Amino acid sequence: MISSQTFGDPGKMRDYHYTGPVEHRFSPYAFNGGTVLAVAGEDFAIVASDTRLSEGYSIHSRDSPKCYKLTDTTVIGCSGFHGDCLTLTKIIDARLKMYKHSNNKTMTSNAIAAMLSTILYGRRFFPYYVYNIIGGLDEHGKGAVYSFDPVGSYQRDTYKAGGSASAMLQPLLDNQIGFKNMEGVQHVPLTQDKAVQLVKDVFISAAERDVYTGDALRVCIITKEGISEQTVPLRKD
Amino acid sequence: MALSNVLETPAAGFNFDNSARNAALEGLFDGQTPKPPKTGTTIAGVVFKDGVVLGADTRATSSEVVADKMCAKIHYIAPNIYCCGAGTAADTEKTTELLSSNLTIFSLNSGRNPRVVMAVNILQDTLYRYHGQIGANLILGGVDCTGNHLYTVGPYGSVNKTPYLAMGSGDLAALGILEDGYKPDLELDKAKELVRVAIHAGIMNDLGSGNNIDICVITREGVDYIRPYQVSEYKDKRETKYKYVPGTTPVLTEKVVPLKLEVVEETV
Repeated sequence: MISSQTFGDPGKMRDYHYTGPVEHRFSPYAFNGGTVLAVAGEDFAIVASDTRLSEGYSIHSRDSPKCYKLTDTTVIGCSGFHGDCLTLTKIIDARLKMYKHSNNKTMTSNAIAAMLSTILYGRRFFPYYVYNIIGGLDEHGKGAVYSFDPVGSYQRDTYKAGGSASAMLQPLLDNQIGFKNMEGVQHVPLTQDKAVQLVKDVFISAAERDVYTGDALRVCIITKEGISEQTVPLRKD
Repeated sequence: MALSNVLETPAAGFNFDNSARNAALEGLFDGQTPKPPKTGTTIAGVVFKDGVVLGADTRATSSEVVADKMCAKIHYIAPNIYCCGAGTAADTEKTTELLSSNLTIFSLNSGRNPRVVMAVNILQDTLYRYHGQIGANLILGGVDCTGNHLYTVGPYGSVNKTPYLAMGSGDLAALGILEDGYKPDLELDKAKELVRVAIHAGIMNDLGSGNNIDICVITREGVDYIRPYQVSEYKDKRETKYKYVPGTTPVLTEKVVPLKLEVVEETV
């Protein structure tokens, strides 16, 4: 949270007995850093995030993962303003329970994505400052990734990076998974092991150059067997 | 309803109420009490028995992106004076270069080694003249005929002379270590270790500082510029190599222009 008082014209000394209105500026948002990444495969999905929570130049926590488990087949990664991330995941959890009680079945990944879009747009004029990426398995058991902007625009992707280092990671993924900007390369389908290895390498690179990414990497791998988690250390400086 | 500490004046001095509880806890944990789980720059300097030790991290940031992982923040001013710079990189670089040139001219004219206080005065004059527009936070350290000196000069032209200093975005983290560990007339090894730990605290707790630690030791005998003094423990080891086969980037057109060269000298 940033609070500051603006003085008249810059460079001019304020009058000593100034009693007129003074503009105060309070920002309801803070930027807590963090990067999330999701990749969809043939029969698996991976959602990964770093675990650093920062504000300004300080670190609040070195162990605050940004992936949250929603159902047995869906994980959401949220980065941006941590306060809104927590509230948003609470709201999604409540809505999942309500759906389960009314419809007697668990929400599917695409249903959760559509619902999240309406939840976010409901706050169009005071948005949740969160960059969301949902990763999971669709009804046919294929990997699915849905990426969102803070006000609810979404689309289904094969891979997406969000958060502070997203601009560094997305081009790398475009090249390695989407085979973009390359010629004469065989388009081999992505295996689970290759995808996990790529995700780890990509985060190691992001931690080198982005100050808000680091400490540790939490990888959630979603398959029909369930959700398995791995934690890999990253740079702490 | 006023708070209780507003109505009564708090007792002077430190509050040792928790020391009995802490001692009991240490016994419970068998001594292994739980440890509580960082331009950005951290620079520090310490005066020790035989001279001055300066230290700096090596990360240069451009807002949230690391621009340089191995930048040199300890600048040469004179054979007996070095300067650590925090703030705008270009400003620290050019101000120290200008100062160094001027002091070289002075040395050649007068036949003397410049004194640290002279460097400080020139810097203070320059920075004050620009009223803070030059964003340079500098720590100057050196040894001259009058002794071992450590000064800090701020961007508006303020000067402080103390036996230990830290500047930059990681200064509070480093200062905590310096305040705890500094003693007058330290030995060389202890002084180097103190500065190393101080910079390390800045690297770990400040996002604007990171990577390696550089140390510069200045004594009457000479200067020992150790770069890097400590390499970062974090290596970017990736699991696979990402190499591209020639031909991956398509060649659309090719135009070859031969350079007409004249053989001037031939050595076989």
